[in-house]
Amino acid sequence: MEKNTSPVLEIRHMNISFLQYEKGFRQVELPVISDLNLTIEEGEMVAVVGSSGSGKSLLAHGVMGILPYNASMGGEMIYRGQPLTRKRIQKLRGNEIVMVPQSTSYLDPLMKVGQQICKGSRDEEKKKKLNQIFHRFSLEEKVQQQYPFELSGGMTRRIMISTALIENPRLVIADEPTPGLHLKMAKRAMEHFRQLADMGAGVLVITHDLELALETADKVVVFYAGHTIEEANASDFKEVSLLRHPYTRALWKAIPQNGFESIPGIQPYVKEMPKGCPFAPRCEKRTAECEGEIPYRKVRDGYVRCLYDA
Amino acid sequence: MSSSMGKTIGKNIIRMILLVIAVSIAAFTLMTLSPIDPLQANVGQAALGSMSQEQIAKLEEYWGVGQPPLQRYLAWAKDFFTGDMGVSLLYRQEVSKVIAVKLGNSMFLMVMAWVFSGILGFVLGAVAGMHRGRAADKIIRGYCLTVSSTPAFWIAMLLLIVFGVWLKVLPIGLSVPIGVEASGVTFLDRVRHAILPAVTLSITGISNIALHTREKMIDIMESDYVLFARARGESNWQIFKNHGFRNVIGPAMTLQFAAISEIFGGSVLVEQVFSYPGLGQAAVSAGLGSDLPLLMAITIISALFVFGGNLIANILYGVIDPRIRKGEKAV
Repeated sequence: MEKNTSPVLEIRHMNISFLQYEKGFRQVELPVISDLNLTIEEGEMVAVVGSSGSGKSLLAHGVMGILPYNASMGGEMIYRGQPLTRKRIQKLRGNEIVMVPQSTSYLDPLMKVGQQICKGSRDEEKKKKLNQIFHRFSLEEKVQQQYPFELSGGMTRRIMISTALIENPRLVIADEPTPGLHLKMAKRAMEHFRQLADMGAGVLVITHDLELALETADKVVVFYAGHTIEEANASDFKEVSLLRHPYTRALWKAIPQNGFESIPGIQPYVKEMPKGCPFAPRCEKRTAECEGEIPYRKVRDGYVRCLYDA
Repeated sequence: MSSSMGKTIGKNIIRMILLVIAVSIAAFTLMTLSPIDPLQANVGQAALGSMSQEQIAKLEEYWGVGQPPLQRYLAWAKDFFTGDMGVSLLYRQEVSKVIAVKLGNSMFLMVMAWVFSGILGFVLGAVAGMHRGRAADKIIRGYCLTVSSTPAFWIAMLLLIVFGVWLKVLPIGLSVPIGVEASGVTFLDRVRHAILPAVTLSITGISNIALHTREKMIDIMESDYVLFARARGESNWQIFKNHGFRNVIGPAMTLQFAAISEIFGGSVLVEQVFSYPGLGQAAVSAGLGSDLPLLMAITIISALFVFGGNLIANILYGVIDPRIRKGEKAV
């Protein structure tokens, strides 16, 4: 038995880049994720929050070992005390480590839903478990005999979460599980993940919806242009002064109850990444030093990638 | 459901009739534009020279020389649509009887080739698509590209030289042994004579089916649902069994039924090389010999076969794909 004091998943200095051909045969390496750090403990729900195009989905694909062939990944992943190698993830994915996908396109259009959740197995145990899950999600049993195109958006979402529940996961990675759901359904979906965490699994939810993440997650990792810029406890978001990074504070202020303010500028594209701090061009506090190396350092029980902590 | 079914059937019948009319007009036009003089082709220059004027006139009437084309076409069409395909000028038998015999021979060959190329093409295509870029894929693709850029008659001659002439294991032509009474011909004899032409047809048929199946399989392998299956720990075999086969079989079936036209077209050349007395060969001799009723009938029957193949493909697709079967709008 591995020690249960070690985190479920620890990611250190993860970077993912793509090889791309540009004009003829010149190969360019596009760094999509650079220096990503996060830790998920048992029973903990961590939300990775970032706007679209920040490379969040690749994080999930990187952990699951399903990056496309022209992508390369560096850094360290440690699952329950031991390195998560390619071989190890191939053994663990689909039972101990599960992913909840982003959209209906991840379901086979020609396979009945029930069969699909059970991966085509006719095992009676599995079927029983499936019935229980359907009951819990208030899905009718006849839905098992339907095809993905016959489902509503909310049903599809529940079916995709069911693919995780049918296993006995210790680590759940949910990639944008809520878009397209109205608030009530989205909240309920997040609660399902919360339940999984309460049952002892480590849950990583990748989302662009900070407000929703704050309601259920324990910890929030803020992602900006491929960098983790802050790791904060969900409770830190109660008070803007508890937050560490200017971008996180900007996100906080963008929430309707907190002023609904937006900051000018856009997230830089990978090819036009500024030197040093990726947020510097939009930051009010930038100085010449911001173009240098910015360490990811511990501040008040969290982490921040900024030279000036408030 | 039933009313839409009736509509579909009605639509297809109308389509079929229009097709037959169009094909018959096209075939007839080509035939009248043909530079071949039926008398010279069928009687011979020397024989014609020694004939009297009345004899030649009689022959001209028999072969329809000098008749106004429109009148000729209408006369043929009237008979054809009342079920009378006429008498073959070359075989001096009812066209329906000639076709029955020839089609019987050809069917044997074409069904063998169709089944064989369908199954093998599907398997090869699926294997190549699942292992894109690896050795198996390279070999299969190399084979398919080579074969599809090689003319069928050339492959036929190659096989004939190797198996018929050098190895002497298979007959070099015809559908039955030479010098044997019809009653003495066994089923095995027929099979032996059909092997080379059927293999030739299959070899060319396989590459088309395999290449298309491979393309489709590659699309499937790159889909999000296969990516997700991989993330759920499904093995390559499970991915094929659960997702690959399920998604590729529909398009493959469609292709297979649409491929009937290619088998039909290929059989004309292949039968010619092997002197195999089938429909294809009959079409060639009817064309060269100005046997109008026979050629028209063969053309129309071929068109109906191809039409039928495509129709079955469409219907099957609806049966296999639940999105169509359960009445969703076309995806």
